[in-house]
Amino acid sequence: MRIKCPICGDRDRREFYYLGASDYLNRPAEGDLDAIHKYLHIRENPAGVTKDLWHHEAGCSSWLLLERNVTTHEILSVELASEVAK
Amino acid sequence: MIDLKAKSAAHGMFPLRLGALSADEAASRPIFSIAPFKGSKVDAALVKALGIGLPDAGASTRKGDVEILWVGRGQYFLIGAAAPKLPAAVTDQSDAWCSVRLAGEEAGAVMARLCPVQLDQLQEGQVVRSLVGHMSAIIVKRSGGFEVMVFRAFAKTLADELRAAMVSVNAQAALPD
Repeated sequence: MRIKCPICGDRDRREFYYLGASDYLNRPAEGDLDAIHKYLHIRENPAGVTKDLWHHEAGCSSWLLLERNVTTHEILSVELASEVAK
Repeated sequence: MIDLKAKSAAHGMFPLRLGALSADEAASRPIFSIAPFKGSKVDAALVKALGIGLPDAGASTRKGDVEILWVGRGQYFLIGAAAPKLPAAVTDQSDAWCSVRLAGEEAGAVMARLCPVQLDQLQEGQVVRSLVGHMSAIIVKRSGGFEVMVFRAFAKTLADELRAAMVSVNAQAALPD
């Protein structure tokens, strides 16, 4: 599997660290326990297109938002998480 | 007063010579990490002080013996000079890195065994942040080869990895067709 980092270009998967679902980009307000519980523990687990966060750990150290298909390993889009979170 | 002797990161591990391949530890020089503050005018300040500005991602700028390498997102290394006062987080990392120069016609073949990035198309002065074996490294294309920088504590691992790859490339070159 190769990931096209917007800064470094096409790179091998071993340079990246997987964090988890893109839900981590939407932190709920403090005190909202149900939302925090959902944010930490409740995940969709689709056999198809998912969005998740990867860190270009051994490269430019950017956080990336990947859209990919877990059944075909196809990577549909790669964006800088900082641009998405703006 | 005790006169302490400075020891380089890879003291006693280099030079390595195998056929036409060579690996030498680069001479110690000042290395300053520069992480510009958000929206600050670091580039203009550097041009004014040193005559060179911040490079694009994957590149470097150079004037004489002073160069600035891109080494990651929002991070640059000023090498060969002390950093002027800048609107940035600046740290002296001169003794934190082990730099090795790999040279020879087959230097690309050696790196191909250690690094997951194809390095043979690089132009002189281009910078790649990637892995060498399992180590995070900064790789700079130099005339006739590469400069590989790893954290100082990894000097011996780098020497071992380079030696193994150099022995292998050299041995294969000696095989009959």
